Amino acid sequence: MITTVGLGHYLSLGAVLFALSVIGIFLNRKNLIVLLMCIELMLLAVNLNFVAFSHYLPVVADKMAGQVFVFFILTVAAAESAIGLAILVVLFRNRSTINVDELDTLKG
Amino acid sequence: MQTINALFYVFSAVLLFASFRVITARSPVYAALYLVLAFFSAACVWILLQAEFLAISLVLVYVGAVMVLFLFVVMMLDVDTNALREGFWKHFPVAFLVGVLIVLEMALVLMPGFDVRSAPVADAAAVKLGNTKLLGIEIYSKYLYPLQIAAVLLLVAIIAAIALTLRRRKDSKYTDPSQQVKATKADRVRLIKMAPTIEVPAQAEPAAAAAGEKK
Repeated sequence: MITTVGLGHYLSLGAVLFALSVIGIFLNRKNLIVLLMCIELMLLAVNLNFVAFSHYLPVVADKMAGQVFVFFILTVAAAESAIGLAILVVLFRNRSTINVDELDTLKG
Repeated sequence: MQTINALFYVFSAVLLFASFRVITARSPVYAALYLVLAFFSAACVWILLQAEFLAISLVLVYVGAVMVLFLFVVMMLDVDTNALREGFWKHFPVAFLVGVLIVLEMALVLMPGFDVRSAPVADAAAVKLGNTKLLGIEIYSKYLYPLQIAAVLLLVAIIAAIALTLRRRKDSKYTDPSQQVKATKADRVRLIKMAPTIEVPAQAEPAAAAAGEKK
């Protein structure tokens, strides 16, 4: 009854996730924390693409290449969110705000 | 097969609902918790794609570390979130339009273009080894150098995060040997020229005391 789920379905799911995170950046343009969360959603969408391709179209010489790449993307995303949040904390300590509009002292 | 298809639709629905609530939640704590739900659903979808190790590491690393860090920061910062949502509904039409356009265009290309319904069946040896071991073989033999670079990257991230947010205690006292060695005689000793004090001879005092008693 339900159509067999193929590669196209997983890629479309990744596409919708990516579009949702782009919308999220549009809507939450002032709140730095939610912006960082939307970046994590984008990375999740991309990881889903890689895993789907690794499952449905594995390269003959290197069957696990997609999953290895996801492993490294996870590493980089964790490092990037740690440093991003550290910057956010120090910013809040000095400016008492995370409103993007109020971070305008570096003119020109 | 039917169960797997049905499960895909169930997990995708939860994932999309959670992502939608991340971007529209009023409080950042709610957004962080919905993001945790999104990661769990994504891990379930990855298990459907037979990537078990990555699904578990998504839960362990992303939910267990990164989202916990997000929640720490969100709860630590005392932010007035209502002020940050100004202009939310003003930008909604354009944002919705852009999002729908992205999804439609990508679905038009992806659904017919990548219509692969059957995954290659794994051979018996691969099934016996399991996903984790296969991934480990690749990482530790062919991709060993990138693995070491990723480890160094994580170390640099730790040092950077600590160096950014470290606060020193104001009341800690400690010696600095390099400053001690740099001290010169001119810093420590200062010779001042003063006029000498001349002592009055001692015989005048008993004579003054006797003169006082007689009076």
